[in-house]
Amino acid sequence: MTDQPLLSLKGIRKTFPGCVANDAVDLDVAAGEIHALLGENGAGKSTLVKIIYGVLRPDDGEIRWQGATARIHNPAQARQLGIGMVFQHFSLFEAMTVLENIALALPREDTSVLRKRLRDTADAYGLDLNPERHVYDLSMGERQRIEIVRCLLQDPKLLILDEPTSVLTPQEVDALFATLRSLAAEGRSILYISHKLEEVRTLCDKATILRAGRRVDDCIPASETARSLAEKMIGRRLEPIAHQAIAKNDSVTGISVSGLEVQSDQPHGVDLKDINLEVHGGEILGIAGIAGNGQVEIMGALSGETGAPRAGQIRILDTDVTHLGPVERRLLGAVFVPEERIGHAAVADLTLVDNSYLTAAGRMKFSSHGLINWSSVSEFAQTVVRDFDVRTTGVDALASSLSGGNLQKFIVGREILQEPQVLVVSQPTWGVDAGAAAAIHEQIQKLAKAGAAVLMISQDLDEIFLLSQRIAVISQGTLSAATPVGDATPEDIGLLMGARHTQEPENPRVPA
Amino acid sequence: MFRLEPRSTRSYTAAWASPVLALVLTAVTGGVIFMAMGKDPGAALYLYFVEPLTTGSGLSEVAVKAGPLVLIGIGLSFGFRAGVWNIGAEGQYIAGAIAGGGLAVYWHQSESALLLPAMLLLGTIGGMTCAAIPALLKTRFNANEILVSLMLVYVAELLLVHLVQGPWRNPQGWGFPGTRMFPDAGTLPLLLRGQRLHLGSVIVLAAPFIAWFVLARTRFGFRIKVFGQAPLAARHSGVSSGRIVWQTLLIGGGLAGLAGVIEAAGTIGQLMPKISPGYGFTAIIVAFLGRLHPLGVLLAGIAIAVTYIGGEGAQISAGLPKAVTGLFQGIILFYLLAFDLFTRYRIVLPTRDTIQE
Repeated sequence: MTDQPLLSLKGIRKTFPGCVANDAVDLDVAAGEIHALLGENGAGKSTLVKIIYGVLRPDDGEIRWQGATARIHNPAQARQLGIGMVFQHFSLFEAMTVLENIALALPREDTSVLRKRLRDTADAYGLDLNPERHVYDLSMGERQRIEIVRCLLQDPKLLILDEPTSVLTPQEVDALFATLRSLAAEGRSILYISHKLEEVRTLCDKATILRAGRRVDDCIPASETARSLAEKMIGRRLEPIAHQAIAKNDSVTGISVSGLEVQSDQPHGVDLKDINLEVHGGEILGIAGIAGNGQVEIMGALSGETGAPRAGQIRILDTDVTHLGPVERRLLGAVFVPEERIGHAAVADLTLVDNSYLTAAGRMKFSSHGLINWSSVSEFAQTVVRDFDVRTTGVDALASSLSGGNLQKFIVGREILQEPQVLVVSQPTWGVDAGAAAAIHEQIQKLAKAGAAVLMISQDLDEIFLLSQRIAVISQGTLSAATPVGDATPEDIGLLMGARHTQEPENPRVPA
Repeated sequence: MFRLEPRSTRSYTAAWASPVLALVLTAVTGGVIFMAMGKDPGAALYLYFVEPLTTGSGLSEVAVKAGPLVLIGIGLSFGFRAGVWNIGAEGQYIAGAIAGGGLAVYWHQSESALLLPAMLLLGTIGGMTCAAIPALLKTRFNANEILVSLMLVYVAELLLVHLVQGPWRNPQGWGFPGTRMFPDAGTLPLLLRGQRLHLGSVIVLAAPFIAWFVLARTRFGFRIKVFGQAPLAARHSGVSSGRIVWQTLLIGGGLAGLAGVIEAAGTIGQLMPKISPGYGFTAIIVAFLGRLHPLGVLLAGIAIAVTYIGGEGAQISAGLPKAVTGLFQGIILFYLLAFDLFTRYRIVLPTRDTIQE
């Protein structure tokens, strides 16, 4: 191995309308190194790797690959150089098999040869994959393995992974790390994008920290603490969130669900079977689970969006709401934050004022006799922006102009400022930077402390353990009994999350 | 080299400039076409776009033609905003004319002051009934409203032909298809001596302002906007999709029906086999040319009406074919859709300094 870095960026600059995504960014990745690219959302990590992978072109700066200046115009060229990338959102055809998906991305090749190559590569790196399975049948972890194998089949020298662990169980994360270490041992380099500090500390040899589009530091993660890394990333001192033991108020039952059965209205959705749960005032109940196990369906059933369930009862604040719609449930005192920000929780092409009216109209009495009082809606939107530190040009900005973290702060703020007694929130900090995530967590805790019942659905186990008093796990449409947080370890919860998948992997879903 | 770059917010300037630019370029293209046909482009364009606006009778005719276009266009814009594609306004227009006009046919000797209001009401209900069929089929069986509403146009047309040739034919009409002339009590009064401008135009003029208020200030208008842009978000906020489909189709059908009966009771004065030069279809262009905004639809309706009147004038005095009118309407829509790109994108010259904001 030479001293020359495999990949070297000098003074990379990239601007988008209204923002500078990267400015004077330098980055050196040595051969055989696992290099972390650490930063909040919106810090410019994704832009930078898209430049490396040829998806975007820099406005300025130089890319050197194995010492020579390289101009990477498109991903095909990047792959030719030996750069592979696994995106955060997978690009797989659900209705096709693993083998077909891989064949599509590669030059034409004989199927039996490819099948053998696939098996060999998968075995060599401990990536358990059955080439004949259909993608819609697979867990997120398995889908990610397809993407990784697809890259490895092209024998890359540099593998880029964008937030790879956000969809994995703890057990799957361990397996992924083992794979990555063996790849590095062979002399391949890995550029690992994350905002999860503990992961970076355990896995990565070096880290480059980005903040607001600029490189702020290079460091050796193992010799830093998670705290010191976070402070570099955010650029200020962090006050740790103390895990608060909240005295729960048994006299108020926020949500009570019994025997709930729901038929999913989604393609490849998951039916809910015999769901029972109770959330009391002042309590946060966390529902952990891997995406696609009924989270969307349970959210729809609780908010009343998907209509009456097939069976069972839902009570909100001691009122039977089983047959009520979202408007009535909100008027009773419940608010909802669904997982999808754009298109579900907010409308991209409407202003923040319009988006405030969207869900706050009823509780905040923004209209009388069908007429909207826009000036009071605008005041409310301004309050949300101010109290929740939403970075925007103003309340007349379109929702689509906000970054993910800021929009999420706006959405959570919009719901919490309605002073609800019940909050149901799904993936509150999914794809949100650490600073915004901390702010959202703090607000959710504050709300519970004030006596509201909070049900939080999340794939992020750290988040579940940080906030919840009790934890239940959703898997294939069934919900486990809730365990007090003190009696559960992440490993226990992780096993429950994957339990059904490993016990009966070949069982197709039987329509009831 | 130019480059297209997405805008961070939608440009309102571009949204309003694009219909204007579309009209200008349509005129330029029209000039080229006239030249190719061996006509003096300046004179032909003058005939088309300016002459109708220079005389009293021209203006009156423009108002008469713009009336149904604006009224139907407003109704359609509600549906189009919500993503409900009612293409059958022509049929709803005819159904309205049949329902309202039928009243005047049966009470052809009436002198009651109630006849006219009753006709307008029944015409509206007639249009709504015709639009209720796609609404019912869509909400019940998820049938495509584009196809159902479009096919009903032919049903309505044939029904009208059947009525005016059969049961409703004027007994004193020497066998010509067509009903009796409506009685005075069933006719919209003329506003100017010697012109066809009638009271219906005043009713039409009120529609954009009412629609503007509804869309900007009411809960109903907001729901339509949200439903069209993000159905999931609409559902999240408690909007029922079935209700929106019903409401927008009934509004579109009702206003088309009203336009139909106003045309029959105002401009024509009877029912005939053909009572529309395709208003229901042209109104679709009008709705989009007007950005689905009520005041925009008003302006667009007037602009398109000018091309109708100008087309007639050009046929008579310059010997230009009638098809040129349809050609112009197509070219306008073409340019409009092209310029719409600039509401979401901007052109950037690749110098480094222009990108900074």
